[in-house]
Amino acid sequence: MSTSVDVKTLLIDGQEVSARSGQTILEVAKENDIYIPTLCHLDGLSDVGACRLCVVEIKGNNKLFPACVTSVFEGMEVTTVTERLQKHRLTILEMLFAERNHICSVCVANGHCELQTLGQEQGLTHVRLPYRNPELPVDASHERFTLDHNRCIMCTRCVRVCAEIEGAHVWDVMGRGIDSMIISDLHEEWGKSSCTRCGKCVQVCPTGALFDKSKIGSDHPKYPDFLPNLNLMREAQ
Amino acid sequence: MSQTITIDPVTRLEGHGKITIHLNDQGEVENANFHVTQVRGFEKFSEGRPFYEMPSLMARICGICPVSHLIASAKACEAIMSVRIPHTAAQLRRMLNLAQMVQSHALSFFYLSSPDLLLGMESDPQTRHIFGVVGAKPELGRAGIALRRFGQHIIELLGNKRIHPGWVVPGGVTEPLASAKRDEILGMIPEAYANIELALRWYKQIAETFAPEIEVFANFASLYMGLINEDESIEFTDGALRLMGARGEIVADGITAAQFPEVIGEAVEPYSYTKFAYYKPLGYPDGSYRVGPLARLNIAKSMGTPMADGELSLFKQISDDGPVQSSFYYHYARLIDILHGIEKIEMILSDPLILDKHVRATAGVNRLEGAGQAEAPRGTLHHHYKVDENGLITWANLVIATGQNNNAMNKGVLQAAKHYVKDGKFTEGILNRVEAVVRTFDPCLSCSTHAFGQMPLAISLVSAEGEVVDRVVR
Ligand code: SF4
Ligand code: SF4
Ligand code: FES
Repeated sequence: MSTSVDVKTLLIDGQEVSARSGQTILEVAKENDIYIPTLCHLDGLSDVGACRLCVVEIKGNNKLFPACVTSVFEGMEVTTVTERLQKHRLTILEMLFAERNHICSVCVANGHCELQTLGQEQGLTHVRLPYRNPELPVDASHERFTLDHNRCIMCTRCVRVCAEIEGAHVWDVMGRGIDSMIISDLHEEWGKSSCTRCGKCVQVCPTGALFDKSKIGSDHPKYPDFLPNLNLMREAQ
Repeated sequence: MSQTITIDPVTRLEGHGKITIHLNDQGEVENANFHVTQVRGFEKFSEGRPFYEMPSLMARICGICPVSHLIASAKACEAIMSVRIPHTAAQLRRMLNLAQMVQSHALSFFYLSSPDLLLGMESDPQTRHIFGVVGAKPELGRAGIALRRFGQHIIELLGNKRIHPGWVVPGGVTEPLASAKRDEILGMIPEAYANIELALRWYKQIAETFAPEIEVFANFASLYMGLINEDESIEFTDGALRLMGARGEIVADGITAAQFPEVIGEAVEPYSYTKFAYYKPLGYPDGSYRVGPLARLNIAKSMGTPMADGELSLFKQISDDGPVQSSFYYHYARLIDILHGIEKIEMILSDPLILDKHVRATAGVNRLEGAGQAEAPRGTLHHHYKVDENGLITWANLVIATGQNNNAMNKGVLQAAKHYVKDGKFTEGILNRVEAVVRTFDPCLSCSTHAFGQMPLAISLVSAEGEVVDRVVR
């Protein structure tokens, strides 16, 4: 019996690639060393398509598609770098910077921040939008960690890692649109929540929003690569 | 709920600093005010931040003395944590603070003041800067540049960054000292000695020619305050504060950071953004005092290092009754500070525990209030915070050197203006002299923004009718 029904052939940036049915454009691109910028996506977690940084163009359709949640189809022609995409990505980054309060020079994540790195990589030189400068709280009630809403970009990685991997589901999203916020339990202080103190959310947070108190002043790199390994080991069991 | 905090020193202050000289009906100087900005905004926007973030936040106040802010802030945090930091961490911080003092004093003395001292107060302002000094006396200019680099390089080695090292944290420092770095610093020391000795020799040759300036450059009785150790030797990082009276009597001693707010008050004057610190028991303005190099040398019995002790005894001979009063001697005191700094750094590096790996204590919030103090190059610096039980800042207050020297600077400007401004007019040379009085104090506004020894400064002459009769901006 032929398995050809499960294999799709498509073009990404003119390069012919093959994929299994059900794979996302992002997965296939990664397998073929084609870079697409991402922010809310993290290998090992489900995808939600929250940040829209991974947008790509598909021939025959004027819409932009988030690569992390768009499945491939036979004969698909994907372009990952165009002027239009570049403009969108840059605008998204500008909006992220303008939305809350990012002062990199005094941030724990300075030099280890995915948002900052993307800004540099995408050639962000200034933010054209007015800064909103919202007044946001810091939750320092946890013995080991701190949540600074000022630096949160609502990627929901913390929500997913806690629910999907740790199984505690401490984090969730409250409110809508620009007013949405990460909360622990039913809007309890983190220190009083059902948190298991595993620290996974801190490791996957792409910015300085979640950090380890003891890392203040030192380098605070995050190690999200534990995730795929952890998943692998679990599958093997 | 959106809010905007705008900090715009340029609109708040013309040219960063402003001197207003008031004349009476006869065209004589009646009063003079020196106005300067203070970074009050920092206290406001630190509210709600975690206390352990304060050192790096506060260090942003200043590009010249960030280390002193780091240290005073970390100490205030340690009071909140109720921890005593490891010996090695304390030594490393002490060295960092001394390195910053050396580089900051080198900037003040060589870059900002030596042009006046070498080329003359009346010399052409076009060449009255560090390059003019290098041209006229190359070895002096080079010594200054090298001493500045010496301090900066140590800061860079210790903190991995020249301007805003993140190495100092509540509880100590983040990384121990590597032996290669120790050796590199030790290797730089002989040259640093040669440079400061050259500068001291030169200063002593020219000091006498400035007798007229010494006479009127903020030359009056006042109190003096600074940190000293228990053995009455000079201290920059630990120790406790001493307040000395105008005749050399000890007014108060052993003032800890926690006691500081009980002892020191801050008055407000309508013409200035800066507060005016004073010793509470004497009230304002009688309790006004001076801080910084001159004050430190006045209050200390010894420098605790042999060569600087030799210089200190010469310094003490300047006045035969009590403290040295003319602010002109801030220059000399600065050079002695530098010499002491180099000696002390060498001593610290020979501490057998200096490479110890244990450099950080950890703790959470154990007290809801804490204060810390240190000597910045230009004088005592005090940080005081209150936090909630999660360690978020609810209130902060900083008392900086410039605020403590404020009254003396104002009096000094008045003294010099009365002496030099005669017929309701002034020349560039007079402007420079009045400015040079302020420069002896090396206030914070003489910061990185200004080019080649010129302070961004505006001087206005105001008649008895309140009209501006003359004005110079540069
Ligand atoms: S989270 Fe990232 S972008 Fe935001 S302030 Fe910190 S380093 Fe800068
Ligand atoms: S806290 Fe961090 S991981 Fe969670 S949503 Fe915000 S930025 Fe993402
Ligand atoms: S990475 Fe695809 S939407 Fe965020």
